[in-house]
Amino acid sequence: MALVLKQPSVLPGFGLTLGFALFYFSLIVLIPLSGLVVKTTTLSWEQFWHTVSEPRAIASYQLTFGASFLGALINGFFGSVVAWVLVRYRFPGRSIVDALVDLPFALPTAVAGIALTAIYSSNGWIGRYLEPLGLKVAFTPLGVLVALTFIGLPFVVRTVQPVLQDLDMEVEEAATTLGANRWQTFRAVIVPELWPALLTGMAMAFARSVGEYGSVIFIAGNMPLKSEITPLLIMTKLEQYDYAGATALGVVMLVVSFLLALTINLIQWWSSRRHTAR
Amino acid sequence: MSTEIAARVKNEEWKASLTSESALVRWALIVAALGYLTLFLFIPLAAVFTEALKNGLEGYFASFTDPDALAAIRLTFLAASLAVPLNLMFGVAAAWAIAKFEFVGKQILITLIDIPLAVSPVISGLIYVLLFGAQGWVGPWLAEHDIKIIFALPGIVLATTFVTVPFIARELIPLMQSQGREEEEAALTLGASGWQTFTRVTLPNIKWSLLYGVILCNARAMGEFGAVSVVSGHIRGLTNTLPLHVEILYNEYNAVGAFAVASLLTLLAIVTLIAKTMIERKTASSRTAHDPIWSTQPGSPP
Repeated sequence: MALVLKQPSVLPGFGLTLGFALFYFSLIVLIPLSGLVVKTTTLSWEQFWHTVSEPRAIASYQLTFGASFLGALINGFFGSVVAWVLVRYRFPGRSIVDALVDLPFALPTAVAGIALTAIYSSNGWIGRYLEPLGLKVAFTPLGVLVALTFIGLPFVVRTVQPVLQDLDMEVEEAATTLGANRWQTFRAVIVPELWPALLTGMAMAFARSVGEYGSVIFIAGNMPLKSEITPLLIMTKLEQYDYAGATALGVVMLVVSFLLALTINLIQWWSSRRHTAR
Repeated sequence: MSTEIAARVKNEEWKASLTSESALVRWALIVAALGYLTLFLFIPLAAVFTEALKNGLEGYFASFTDPDALAAIRLTFLAASLAVPLNLMFGVAAAWAIAKFEFVGKQILITLIDIPLAVSPVISGLIYVLLFGAQGWVGPWLAEHDIKIIFALPGIVLATTFVTVPFIARELIPLMQSQGREEEEAALTLGASGWQTFTRVTLPNIKWSLLYGVILCNARAMGEFGAVSVVSGHIRGLTNTLPLHVEILYNEYNAVGAFAVASLLTLLAIVTLIAKTMIERKTASSRTAHDPIWSTQPGSPP
């Protein structure tokens, strides 16, 4: 046989476990998802294009992608600082802080949504200090940014942290003994090592934010053309029984998600290749 | 002797000073990190409990005696109790096949498992509406036979299962891959059956990650909002899960009620994080306990 599909092994259960896993995954995930794509093919091109390019949809893309991008940038910066502080410094409560970083991952999005709205509304704990400065957060596009920053918070920390942990101190020592100051060492030795992990984390945060629904809808205000995210627009179309419109927008979101997943895989492949090349 | 130690200490201090920042920079970074986390994590967390307890303990507990709240709690538990075991079976089966065997297309399968995490929760619900809804592919057939999936329990379970498919598999696959298959092969050569090998050799090796996978999967199943929101139809007392109940109460300006229910879900999230920390410590300490043995065996996995 020229093509070996599976290498021989004495362990039992390959057919059973792989068969069940594939069957289950197809039933729950692949077949329903392909239903969405098949449904799109029943739309005419004009119908599809009209739905995905109407001003309300365009405005929702701008807000969703813009806020997700800004949120990923904020998390890229502060997430790196948090990872650095957690790995390099010792301070009281460090392990609790470390554990809490995962909160946005474990907390239901609806809970995050109402909590953030309560704090950032005009009489909330933080909102009341921002309002006199002319900053309205809740029920504006700025609220969307706050929610998406919250949602994306763990990703950069959790991708950068292990890389920092595994960083060889001797390289930094060598840099210093060769006359580099701390900032130079950071720029020329540490940052190049962190870069792939940082990019991965930011891409993951961005991907997660683009699809986010629960935490945003409470704080956004949801005004069409102003503070309406794309997932909410899909929801609105569904509630109006406009299944064709919801499907068209859903496919756009799905394609974007796949492109982002592909990008993340490419970054990881690139960084692992860079590592093995050395 | 003591001068030698003193010299060594001094040397260590000198080495540490090479790779450390000035105290000012150190404190500035710590303050920046904690300030950021306070703004986005600690204050929202504190707000949930403060808002829930605004009318005192009595008002807090009164929120749970409402029959609609009780129905939501029941439905949430029911949906999770169906979705989690299904995903547990999938996770163990997929991890066994992926970690213990070499086959074509393995890497693609690992990537595919993450799909539900990449897809917007709204789309996770939408796909089931398109399949089973009144205008869906099998909708008319279902209506003819009086089977309700959308706006009923089966839809909620399906959407919940979809979004939580990867969690247990993702915990198990990297762990079982790093453990290799030598121990299982040894058990088999010694005459154990396949099932005995799994329960006596594999299971003890993966139990903590398995437990954490189940806890995380359960937390996400109970907390899922977007996908369930699409398929549930928001029928009070019938198809409302806890997160959806939070939304209804909040939109009715019943902030104390909404935050009281939300505090239950927050406690669940905190329990999940505690479990994660404890299990990480447990696996880390057992790993270091094994380390000397591993490292003296040539050809053992790293």
